[in-house]
Amino acid sequence: MSTLEIKDLHVSIDTEQGNKPILKGVTLTIKTGETHAIMGPNGSGKSTLASTIAGHPRYKVDSGSITLDGEDVLAMTVDQRARAGLFLAMQYPVEIPGVTMTNFLRTAKTAIDGEAPKLRTWTKDVKAAMHQLRIEPEFAERNVNEGFSGGEKKRHEILQLELLKPKFAILDETDSGLDVDALKVVSEGVNRAIDGGNLGTMLITHYTRILRYIKPDFVHVFVDGSIAEQGGPELADRLEDEGYDRYLVAESAQA
Amino acid sequence: MTELTQEKARIGAPSGQDFIAGMTEEGEQLNQINPHTGPLAGAATKSHSHGGGVGVPDSSRAGRLTSYKLADFPLITGREEEWRFTPLKRLRGLDRVGVNGVDLSGAAPVITVEKPAAVTVETVGRDDARIGSAGIPEDRVSAAAWSSFTEATVVTIPVEFVATHDDVTTLTLTGAGDAPAAQHILIHAKRFSSAVVVLDHRGTAVVSENVEIVLDDGAHLTVVSIQDWNDDAVHASAQQTKVGRDAKFKHVVINLGGDLVRITPSTRYAGTGGDVEMFGLYFADAGQHLEQRLFVDHSAQNCKSRVTYKGALQGENAHTVWIGDVLIRAEAEGTDTYELNRNLVLTRGARADSVPNLEIETGLIEGAGHASATGRFDDEQLFYLQARGIPEDVARRLVVRGFLNEVIQQIKVPALEERLRESVERELAAGAL
Repeated sequence: MSTLEIKDLHVSIDTEQGNKPILKGVTLTIKTGETHAIMGPNGSGKSTLASTIAGHPRYKVDSGSITLDGEDVLAMTVDQRARAGLFLAMQYPVEIPGVTMTNFLRTAKTAIDGEAPKLRTWTKDVKAAMHQLRIEPEFAERNVNEGFSGGEKKRHEILQLELLKPKFAILDETDSGLDVDALKVVSEGVNRAIDGGNLGTMLITHYTRILRYIKPDFVHVFVDGSIAEQGGPELADRLEDEGYDRYLVAESAQA
Repeated sequence: MTELTQEKARIGAPSGQDFIAGMTEEGEQLNQINPHTGPLAGAATKSHSHGGGVGVPDSSRAGRLTSYKLADFPLITGREEEWRFTPLKRLRGLDRVGVNGVDLSGAAPVITVEKPAAVTVETVGRDDARIGSAGIPEDRVSAAAWSSFTEATVVTIPVEFVATHDDVTTLTLTGAGDAPAAQHILIHAKRFSSAVVVLDHRGTAVVSENVEIVLDDGAHLTVVSIQDWNDDAVHASAQQTKVGRDAKFKHVVINLGGDLVRITPSTRYAGTGGDVEMFGLYFADAGQHLEQRLFVDHSAQNCKSRVTYKGALQGENAHTVWIGDVLIRAEAEGTDTYELNRNLVLTRGARADSVPNLEIETGLIEGAGHASATGRFDDEQLFYLQARGIPEDVARRLVVRGFLNEVIQQIKVPALEERLRESVERELAAGAL
């Protein structure tokens, strides 16, 4: 049982117009076995939260803390965080020239486990995981994300999730840009990882569509850099019917 | 209509659009490399070119002056097309032979030989009849070496000799100091022979070298030129090849060490059915200038050429230049050619220049194309790999290794592949990545 704890997190970015605060006090705790949906309109800070947990250099933590089983995540480098058990499925996975998927997956697995995986079982695991995600075998020899379609990139993110077996998965709009068939395949992969029993999940999404396939235990609504409302799965249903308008109205009324 | 048919199809030629700052119709003005006092370009640049006579525009590669005589070449100013990327000041006089007493009288790199018994390696005088059988110097530095060398090394692969994988002929050229020197090597693969010849350049030298390579009909020859010099070496090498009928030639250039290295491979076809592959791998560190300018002259029917050069750059003022000139002459029907250059810029402050040029004088060809791309290993890629647990130094090496291995795998000389992988590892380690 692990715990990822985010306390009163304030995050900003430096822009040409100066420093811009994005997260304005986020507190959230995720435990192994729980699935938390983070929802909210564009620009509310959902992706910033994901990138900050992973340690993207663009985001500056002004105050607050992130701990994993009591260890200070903010003091770790990006790769240390991954080795500690955090996994970010990226919204826009980048292309890596010159590195094949096979080479990349093996290198990542070796880094995370601290030892090279046993070749025979590893090759079998990779093939099986690719097959389940309907990834053609020839992708193993292609360079990471190079020339992949949007859906292929997302499926490869989930492939990594299944193979690297992190303690916590942060899925940053993994559903965006997917057609229904691809969404099902990707959701099945996430559910397999969740059903493994050792994963806590933060599912960031703009839409409620993916929540039909991946059932959240908790739903948090982000508005303007902080959590405006939280509840159980029923909150997602309400959002499906009403959208984000009532939060935005409240916000503009305040202003 | 008439204009279109008169005009040569020169892909990569300047268009009529407005120019980017610093660019002119004649290309980029690299003031910081070769400062000059004259007008920026246009007439001033043209006045230094040498048209090939009636019907050949002076911008065509076909019109380039060739001569064995140094005196036929005017002094290099740095504004010529073939010199505009080269920092002349760092040539240590190789460009100024014959001016103010500069000569190439230094000791040439010392050659040691490993070879199969059947292959002969001789040292001959400059009057040997075989010298000059592959080509004529195409620039002043090459002509200076041609005028200056006193003895040449001639490698001969006998008729129908077939070397096994391990029977590699290796000439190790060890620099004999920094006095400007001239070197001359001739490699002759006779009819239906098959062999691999490696020129392995090491140590410290300031040397202008001419390498002549002759493939008789049906010969299969691989020539690998490795430049693994010390950091202070300066090396200009013109490597001219004449490919016989149905001969198969593989040329590999590996540029790793040296302060300034400039390799100019030219390949010509002496008969139909020739098949040429040219590979290059270069890795420039801070302050290094690695230049490769190649030329494939399709003058015979049904010949094929494939060019693949890949380079990595790291560190302040690491500079690489790749120029790929391919000329398909009117008589070269059935030509099949493709050239590719890829560069990977690993750090800020490095610069890769890449210019493919394709001139096509006949439409009756199998295919002709080129591609050039220069990419940066950027922070987002690094973040992605690190986010999968891979430490930063491992991530950088992973990318470079993968990128360059594509070329190493193509060499298909097992003993050499291992050596080159190690060299790449050493470069990576040296770059404090």
